[in-house]
Amino acid sequence: MRHATPAIRRIYNRRRRLNRINMAMSALGMGFGLFWLAWILFTLVRYGFEALTWKLLSQSTPPPGSDGGLLNAIVGSVMMAGTATLIGTPVGVLAGTYLAEYGRRGWIAPATRFINDILLSAPSIVLGLFIYTVYVARVGHFSGFAGALALSLIVIPVVVRTTDDMLKLVPDSLREAAIALGAPKWKMVTRVSYRAARTGIATGVLLAVARISGETAPLLFTALNNQFLSHDMNAPMANLPVVIFQFAMSPYDDWHKIAWGGAILITLSVLGINILARLLFRQRNS
Amino acid sequence: MNSSRHSRAVHGPHRRTARAQLSRLGDALFENVTRLFAVLVLGTLLAILVSLVVTSLPSLKAFGLGFLWSDDWDPVRDRFGALVPIYGTLVSSCIAMLIALPISFGIAIFLTEMSPTWLKRPLGTAIELLAAIPSIIYGMWGLFVFTPVFSKHVQPLLIEIFGPLPGIGRLFQGPPMGIGMLTAGIILAIMVIPFISSVMRDVFELVPAVLKESAYGLGATTWEVVWKVVLPYTRTGVVGGVMLGLGRALGETMAVTFVIGNAQRLSVSLLAPGNSIASSLANEFAEAVGDLYTSSLIELGLILFLITTVVLAIAKLMLLRLGRLEGTKS
Repeated sequence: MRHATPAIRRIYNRRRRLNRINMAMSALGMGFGLFWLAWILFTLVRYGFEALTWKLLSQSTPPPGSDGGLLNAIVGSVMMAGTATLIGTPVGVLAGTYLAEYGRRGWIAPATRFINDILLSAPSIVLGLFIYTVYVARVGHFSGFAGALALSLIVIPVVVRTTDDMLKLVPDSLREAAIALGAPKWKMVTRVSYRAARTGIATGVLLAVARISGETAPLLFTALNNQFLSHDMNAPMANLPVVIFQFAMSPYDDWHKIAWGGAILITLSVLGINILARLLFRQRNS
Repeated sequence: MNSSRHSRAVHGPHRRTARAQLSRLGDALFENVTRLFAVLVLGTLLAILVSLVVTSLPSLKAFGLGFLWSDDWDPVRDRFGALVPIYGTLVSSCIAMLIALPISFGIAIFLTEMSPTWLKRPLGTAIELLAAIPSIIYGMWGLFVFTPVFSKHVQPLLIEIFGPLPGIGRLFQGPPMGIGMLTAGIILAIMVIPFISSVMRDVFELVPAVLKESAYGLGATTWEVVWKVVLPYTRTGVVGGVMLGLGRALGETMAVTFVIGNAQRLSVSLLAPGNSIASSLANEFAEAVGDLYTSSLIELGLILFLITTVVLAIAKLMLLRLGRLEGTKS
């Protein structure tokens, strides 16, 4: 730039300045994102661990003003999430299998893929509303089973998507080898494709479990809540997210404390399952 | 294995055709069962739509199209209108997008163009963790931690700086209560940043290295490469990512319910409490009595579902178009 005229040098300096400013802004954006993550996690650790006691895990939700824990909510959450996974996984895997293994021709697979991606991001409260109108309103009462159904509607699109993606990663040469050995197609899918895509599909199921563990909105008017410990899936059922919601919105300090305890429990389990899924996936890829 | 070989030897070719028939039957069965479940998934969207329309019929009949622009919400006199929640949903999502769009763009640039390779993965994971935190946690944090700080330190400043200005000042009136549309918008922004930035990062990485290298070779700065090469190449994907984030923001329930204030009142000021469709449902649905009240709330849900479905469909179409472009060029 030694021989550049002042005009060119001015342009050059302006471009460099603009670049510096914008790159600094983008680094700031990154910092902005990390800042909130750190603040939220810090809050959880600060209020949550203080509330995390043995009592929290061993007693049921108390009436205002007395001591208690979250046992009934934990049991309810685990039961509903488990049932939702049991319903959602086979449905999702089979539908995903059709998309990847049979869907290379015809319109059903592309259309399903499109709709599935919309369902993947559909507002979860509307899914709860849907289960309310088709199940709760018909049966006439809230129930743990209705909650599990609403959660399974969240599991299914996640599992469909990952099954489809993971099966598509299986090389066709494996499929051709199986067919060439005379295996019928169903055997090829179940013995070869599934085996090759196993960990990938398991990762998808884990991610789905992580997502439903913290879901509140679809449970508000399907499972509702229950102040007592109950194993009856056909009756209203306590669950962590709804209890946290109610307790946090209440004016009582001891209820707030229990809500923070529940918050850290949920976050730890969601983040734990997420990390597990990532490790599983990385192990498969390495 | 042994026994089947034995039996084949005994029964000869007849047995083999039986086996072929059986496996053909198995094939047909397997294909049809998987197709059935695929169609089931395909039908879910339609089923949701139909069930919501049917159950909101009483309200559709009673209020007609006027439901959309009436700001009545009076369970006692059974008069309902959707204007306040629709307005709240749109405004809070708009605020969220205004904040999240530039930030996500910055994060995507940082991750694809600036970050050293060893930092890419941990930073990307950290941002994705923001998406893994359940929305109820955002709500609690927002109500107990963010709101007090915001009302004490930020809102008075906003009122002081923007309040007296003509026009824009009307958005910043009233007492600094902490809760309100602006707070909801900010928390929504934090929640959608991971979605938008990860789509942006993924589509930025689709840009062929040759294109970027030629621009660098001509002496372009990093910013010029991003603005004049990467962004034009990935425009549809970026729009798709933004629409995806918008779809998420519109339907987000719990975090908004905690901080938006839940007031059925229309106010221009962003600092005033308002209501969104999702938070109205979360707060009122389980306790709603009477057919008309319930069906009005379901109609709100229907409106939300229609809006998000259209937004998400546009997002998906945009991303598909980028994918197709990619397919023809490579």
